[in-house]
Amino acid sequence: MLELLRQPWPWYTSGIVIAFIMVLLLFFGKSFGFSSNLRTICTACGAGKTVKFFDFDWRSQTWNLLFLVGAIIGGFIASEFLSSGEAVQISEATIRDLQQLGISSPDGMQPEEIFSLSAAFSLKGFLILLLGGFAIGFGSRYAGGCTSGHAISGISNLQLPSLIAVIGFFIGGLITTFVLLPLIF
Amino acid sequence: MKGIKFIIAGILFGIVMSKSEAISWFRIQEMFRFQDFHMYGIIGTAVALGTLATFLIKKFKLRDYQGNPIVFTPKEKSVTRYLIGGTIFGLGWALTGACPGPMFVNIGFSYWAIFIAIAGALAGTYLYGAIKDRLPH
Repeated sequence: MLELLRQPWPWYTSGIVIAFIMVLLLFFGKSFGFSSNLRTICTACGAGKTVKFFDFDWRSQTWNLLFLVGAIIGGFIASEFLSSGEAVQISEATIRDLQQLGISSPDGMQPEEIFSLSAAFSLKGFLILLLGGFAIGFGSRYAGGCTSGHAISGISNLQLPSLIAVIGFFIGGLITTFVLLPLIF
Repeated sequence: MKGIKFIIAGILFGIVMSKSEAISWFRIQEMFRFQDFHMYGIIGTAVALGTLATFLIKKFKLRDYQGNPIVFTPKEKSVTRYLIGGTIFGLGWALTGACPGPMFVNIGFSYWAIFIAIAGALAGTYLYGAIKDRLPH
């Protein structure tokens, strides 16, 4: 059984479990949306004193921060106890395309060229992570949600705004993939 | 310990995002290059089942564990904020290969470099809050 769990899980397993988590949170009286935590953390750090947007009782969002803590623990469990140590099994076509950019084929979960500590503290790697993260934080609040809030919860509730947001996710993602990455690497 | 159920739900989320490799920069690149079905399968399955579940919850007016009705708040109508905000989000998603959930799951994987992206995400969130009244919504 453990051997089976250590293999990468097929996509449908993940899809089923994510839908289950969404429903579970609804039955807990909450709704699935991860990026709200970024706002909550800003508030908990005192951002409400200077900016009205952060002036709310962040303790009402403790449940979501606990979910965040769980997500970190879940990642730790997966990497320590449920990992076969194999590299991510992406398609040959992607490996070839990335090699042309100078990104070597997967050795673990993340590319060395961005996520190794030496790369992350080079100017290029640092800016990729910092500006990428910045766009995620700014964009998810501007759009009122991220992948969980819009692509999963929102579209499941047949919300047109969520579909528009997801179209935006792809416009941005394609610009980065086909315009920015070739310029950066 | 009313909060423990949220930690357990989070653990389940962290494990499944890891084991299906949805936290990997490589998988996000593969998705944006349309070179494999994997990520579309994950999101597609979740949305198909989520839509069915949402429909059933509304149809049978199901209640949460405390007996309160489960309410779905409709998103406010607009195109601008979703399209612009979504596009900015997408630019960052393909750069870091991690949306907000997987960012934190990566900490559990000891990819410490992700803290730079998290710091950026908090700064981006703060800037949005500071200038939101001046942005078109």
